[in-house]
Amino acid sequence: MISPHRSHSLWFAFIAHRLSGLALAVFLPVHFYVLALVLTDASTLDGFLQWSKNPLVKFAEFGLVFLLGIHIFGGLRLLALEFLPWSPRQKTYAALAVAGAFILACGFLLSAVS
Amino acid sequence: MSDDSKHLEVSVWRSDVARYESYSVPIQDSQTVLDVVSWIQQNASPDLSYRYACRVGMCGSCAMMVNGEPRWTCRTHVNKVLKNNKMEIAPLRNLPVVKDLVTDMDPFFDKWVEAKSVFQSTKTRHDEMEPILPDSPKRLAASDAIECINCAVCYAACDVVAANPDYLGPAALNRAWSLVNDVRDGGYEARMEAISGGGGCHNCHSQSSCAQYCPNELNPTASIAGLKRETAKGWLR
Amino acid sequence: MLNTNLYMLQRITALIMAPLVLGHIAVMIYAARGGLSAAEILSRTQGSVWWMLFYGTFVAAVSIHAAIGLRVIVFEIFKLKGAGLVLFTWATFIGLAFLGFRAVYAVTIAGGGL
Repeated sequence: MISPHRSHSLWFAFIAHRLSGLALAVFLPVHFYVLALVLTDASTLDGFLQWSKNPLVKFAEFGLVFLLGIHIFGGLRLLALEFLPWSPRQKTYAALAVAGAFILACGFLLSAVS
Repeated sequence: MSDDSKHLEVSVWRSDVARYESYSVPIQDSQTVLDVVSWIQQNASPDLSYRYACRVGMCGSCAMMVNGEPRWTCRTHVNKVLKNNKMEIAPLRNLPVVKDLVTDMDPFFDKWVEAKSVFQSTKTRHDEMEPILPDSPKRLAASDAIECINCAVCYAACDVVAANPDYLGPAALNRAWSLVNDVRDGGYEARMEAISGGGGCHNCHSQSSCAQYCPNELNPTASIAGLKRETAKGWLR
Repeated sequence: MLNTNLYMLQRITALIMAPLVLGHIAVMIYAARGGLSAAEILSRTQGSVWWMLFYGTFVAAVSIHAAIGLRVIVFEIFKLKGAGLVLFTWATFIGLAFLGFRAVYAVTIAGGGL
């Protein structure tokens, strides 16, 4: 399914960064809109926050935090790649970015369901 | 097409019919993909067009897509790339096809020139020779990037080249970086201008397929990162 | 496709956001314990200059960063060019900034409906 020339970890790091950025960019307007409901329709906001206690929503939030973690830690790897002297450990850093994102998202989920 | 333990099934892109044609090629010891292509042209299809020259991994002329990956066919052993005794051979990606496995290399070289990846001399034979210390940081950086033989494997591997027709590409930018680090070169300003436009170094997403596939083990990702640093320095000044 | 200006803007906003994102996630992990309600959020953020500055900066940076990021995607995938590309970039920036500052206003300045 993935083209042969793309089947290596740094390409996966690229596509993860691009897709997570895209997902966050789509999520943000919704997030801003919901928060601004405090202005016009505060009871809807509370209703929404009640609804968001649903485990499925919590899991979706976990996904969002994971995507955010991927994007920021992957992004930090890129900033280091571009502005610091070259390191040959790019694949290691890319793997650490995913691990860090996962730990972050788990931290969020554990606190959100307690 | 019967493929038994003594034959390979090889699909080759043919321009005249605009599809992959299948050939049954006898297996030989230590066979390379170039051996396979040559066998097909010599025994099965005399009108198959392909390029090679040195056949020993020095010139880069034999670069083709083998099972979807850009490689030097003379340095690719068949048993390293076979999938179920099958192999698919196509012309290099991201370049116009002239015929069969031959691509038009002009766009690749045009971008080399467009990137000003050409040495601009500053001294004549009457001047003192420039003393270059072989282990100075700039010389080391230039030497790391200098072994490019313009085979276009990196160009074929790069998805940004595929997505952005103006993108100068890993090879041209890698050479630009080696020249930026060459203290004898006098073309810095024009080169920096050339590599920071719409087709310039900022389009690189560090996918690193270039470094993954370069047969000379060069790292255009690192070189392009160096160019980005140079443009940032210029911007911050 | 980028030039040096857009590239530097993208990287600089990324650097600005790195600590802000980590701060935001830390706040979310802390605040989400035991469930979230509008009243809880607002009691912390209403009338707070610091939260306004924190999230105001965040919105400004993310509007620029996401607009440039999406610009690259629509150029590479949908081949949008020229005036259309410029329009898309500005529209994304203005859209995110408007919704974002509206949310910041709602959460930190407006009287709230609760």
